[in-house]
Amino acid sequence: MTTTEIVDMITVVIDGFEVSVPKGTLVIRAAEQLGIQIPRFCDHPLLDPVGACRQCLVDIEINGRAFPKPQASCTIPVEPGMIVKTQLTSQVADKAQKGVMELLLINHPLDCPVCDKGGECPLQNQAMSNGQGQTRFEGVKRRFEKPINISSQVLLDRERCVLCARCTRFSDQIASDPFITLNERGALQQVGIYEKQPFKSYFSGNTVQICPVGALTGASYRFRARPFDLVSTPSACEHCASGCDMRTDVRRGKTLRRLAGDDASVNEEWNCDKGRWAFKYVTAIDRLTHPLVRNDAGDLVQASWPEALSAAAKGLKENRSAVLVGGRATYEDAYGYSKFARIALGTNDIDFRSRISSDEEREFLAARVVGSTTTYRDIDRADHVLLVGFEPEEESPIVFLRINKQFRKRALKVTAVASKLSIGVDKLKGQFVKVAPGQEAAAIAAQTLSAQSIILVGERASESAGALTAVAALADSTGAKIAWIPRRAGERGAIEAGAIGNLLPGGRPVADAAARVDIAALWGISVLPSQIGRSSDEIFAAVNSGAIGALLVGGVDPLDGINSQAALSALDTAFVVCLEIAPSEVTMRADVVLPVAAITEKSGSFLNWEGRARSFDAAVADSLNRSDLRILSMIAEEMSAPLKLSTVSAAAKEIASLGPWEGARASMKAVNAEKAPTLSGDQFILNSWRRLLDLGTLQKGEENLAGTARQTIAVISPKRAQAMGVADGDLLKISSALGSVTLSALVEDIHDDAVWAPRNSQGSQLLINLGVGHGAVVSVVKI
Amino acid sequence: MSNIEAFKNNELDLKKVEFEQVDQPGSVGLLGHAKGFWVTFSTIFKKPETVEYPEVKAPTQERFHGRHQLNRHPDGLEKCIGCELCAWACPADAIYVEGADNTEEHRMSPGERYGKVYQINYLRCVFCGLCIEACPTRALTMTNEYELADDSREKLIFEKDDLLGPLRAGMLMPPHPMYPDMDDKNYYKGDVTESHPSQEIK
Repeated sequence: MTTTEIVDMITVVIDGFEVSVPKGTLVIRAAEQLGIQIPRFCDHPLLDPVGACRQCLVDIEINGRAFPKPQASCTIPVEPGMIVKTQLTSQVADKAQKGVMELLLINHPLDCPVCDKGGECPLQNQAMSNGQGQTRFEGVKRRFEKPINISSQVLLDRERCVLCARCTRFSDQIASDPFITLNERGALQQVGIYEKQPFKSYFSGNTVQICPVGALTGASYRFRARPFDLVSTPSACEHCASGCDMRTDVRRGKTLRRLAGDDASVNEEWNCDKGRWAFKYVTAIDRLTHPLVRNDAGDLVQASWPEALSAAAKGLKENRSAVLVGGRATYEDAYGYSKFARIALGTNDIDFRSRISSDEEREFLAARVVGSTTTYRDIDRADHVLLVGFEPEEESPIVFLRINKQFRKRALKVTAVASKLSIGVDKLKGQFVKVAPGQEAAAIAAQTLSAQSIILVGERASESAGALTAVAALADSTGAKIAWIPRRAGERGAIEAGAIGNLLPGGRPVADAAARVDIAALWGISVLPSQIGRSSDEIFAAVNSGAIGALLVGGVDPLDGINSQAALSALDTAFVVCLEIAPSEVTMRADVVLPVAAITEKSGSFLNWEGRARSFDAAVADSLNRSDLRILSMIAEEMSAPLKLSTVSAAAKEIASLGPWEGARASMKAVNAEKAPTLSGDQFILNSWRRLLDLGTLQKGEENLAGTARQTIAVISPKRAQAMGVADGDLLKISSALGSVTLSALVEDIHDDAVWAPRNSQGSQLLINLGVGHGAVVSVVKI
Repeated sequence: MSNIEAFKNNELDLKKVEFEQVDQPGSVGLLGHAKGFWVTFSTIFKKPETVEYPEVKAPTQERFHGRHQLNRHPDGLEKCIGCELCAWACPADAIYVEGADNTEEHRMSPGERYGKVYQINYLRCVFCGLCIEACPTRALTMTNEYELADDSREKLIFEKDDLLGPLRAGMLMPPHPMYPDMDDKNYYKGDVTESHPSQEIK
């Protein structure tokens, strides 16, 4: 595809230097091209110009006619014949800037020593570079109560605010969460929240990062450190598959804050609050520090590494074994598990999907997802976005921001096939195709798309039989692109690394003899197992039936599936080797537990949903914990089946040398949708998804973040509510054969047959409480 | 042209420069010896300068840079606000500070912030006094105490407790609330001169 964008270039003179910039460029940006820095507060390249702070005043002359007064260079686009004089060449501009700075500082408190922004503050820096050394103001400064919580995680100090409106513009223009605004007028103007409605945005942390003064600060970083204390490491976010570029700031081996990095092709300059603030789990949870081995008496006791490794190797060697690796492993670690299963265990029984999954999904991943090259750019270019089993704001927030950007820019059409109209889709003014849970397939097939359209498929699509078949068919018939967007950061990498039963690394189908030869040659072994491996559920079933005797488990929560009883009994029965960072349901049942490094303690990479590598270095450099890959290599050594992957970079090199699969992709068997269940009386079909902020393991220890989680509610339709006599706030009891949850009701736009509740929020952990997933019939009664 | 100028201009042939005879200090005559021994002899009758340290300690100069002290406001609240400017200014990286939030229940200093951890490593400190200049609240000053020797590295890292000044008359041990109707600005201006009965935590 070769589309050359023709751009009109305009030449202007700034401080005597000529520069050519595209039409529409703002004067302040054109000056940046020349390396001329004009001081500014309100200007931000990703927000609409507003000219609120007046700090960027410059002298402008167009074709010999000068503006009578200095103009704000952040609001004026370049024009032909423009001659700009900044503070460097114009005394008028310089005096104007100094004057504005003096006025901004009149009410700004002199509390830099206690301010969290001190040392990295644009106001501090620019007051030094473009202000006067002395104050002439002798009056009393305006005082406000400080600081006030505008949400549990964002603190507002109104005395420090310079009213640049960056935060309010971000919330409105980028996040579409206009929960903060400028109130009052004149000297009393201040940022405020609406009465009784806190700043509960998933993106509120960005306002803290872009605040050019210390008016907005994060509660969890309050008074923790100064910029010079921190060692910053570029990193990647481990929370979801959006793949945000991040910066991790560490003081004395402890992560103190994380900031959004700057990657124009992925997260631009934003990230979500989970990525920004959920990092305490590394230190908050009770970390495993020593290997544990179960002794003859049946107790897990501390053991030395050689002892534990030989016990693990012995158990895995003596039994038929399978591998379960969670969706949070790095690409290199997943590759390690994949290679370990094939070389050391001689099996394809490996699955990274520690969640509700289906065989249809596995075939879909092999046929459509592995090697796919759909990117954020395709969302930018799309004429229509179809959301299937995917709730962008909750499950991949940066994808939401990208869709929202296009929606605001050019009213991008969004259609969601779902049972409930979500808050995010409502913000995108998306078309809501209402279906009963489990009946998505027919609705997907009825959509009309073009070759410029994009179908965003979530991992929840696997929970509705036939939905992925319908997606594949729709893409084939219309030419639309498919993007599969899982929730966990490591899932795409795990597919590419072959940590699944039907694929070898690099998207090579297990069933293809040529592909197996390819990999066997790379690994220097004679033959690879040729039978397609079992899925997670099948592995648990095989353990329970005695076909498999040992499990290698890394980063898996057995309560994440609907067959958690089968999973737990399998873990009880089998010989389990577990690689974990903290005690869990698996380590309790394991025979050998090996502690591994958390994400901040190791290097590696994730592949985000695009398949784009997001590599990172260890932020905490002096950790003694080893990566999963290193430990797998040691077990394999012990089993006399060496992986030859002693370091992360060795694995990365081997993956790179592998290259993509040129042969035929695996094909996909069509699966039919299930018949809609017939409902009687108080029966509903369950619909649920996980929220961004919930009881996830990686959010432990961050109370401030949890404070902005959305309220746990059960949603039913107005028609059913009326029939049951339910109003907002009444208590509803949702019960299955296994158990029940009682939640506050919300009457909203949802399919009449469906009831929605969050899957893993406070008071509503449906997989544990009810033991059923999407599409299951539950009974709902008012209590 | 002198030799030096010629040398600078690369016009000097070093081989042709003649050596000049310089007067060397030779052996000293009898008079010289007598002069020297007179100094020794006359000192016998002067008052000795030697101080019997450690039994006797000579006072230092008034502005001698000795051990640091963290000062208190007259009501006992700490002056340190944990801003880390001292650590920032320190050329030897000898100071480590962690700030924390003052709450109504647990107030260590006026204002929002106090220094929770404060350490000075006297193995690193060069007693330059830049930290004192940097301190915005005059919390950190230097005493004249110079006896800073010990037998382990750990003992020479002074904690906040080692550095805090003593509670003088009228001071209360923090945490306790601020003086009634006063804010941090009043404290800095010196409006608070002693503790108020209401500040005592029962």
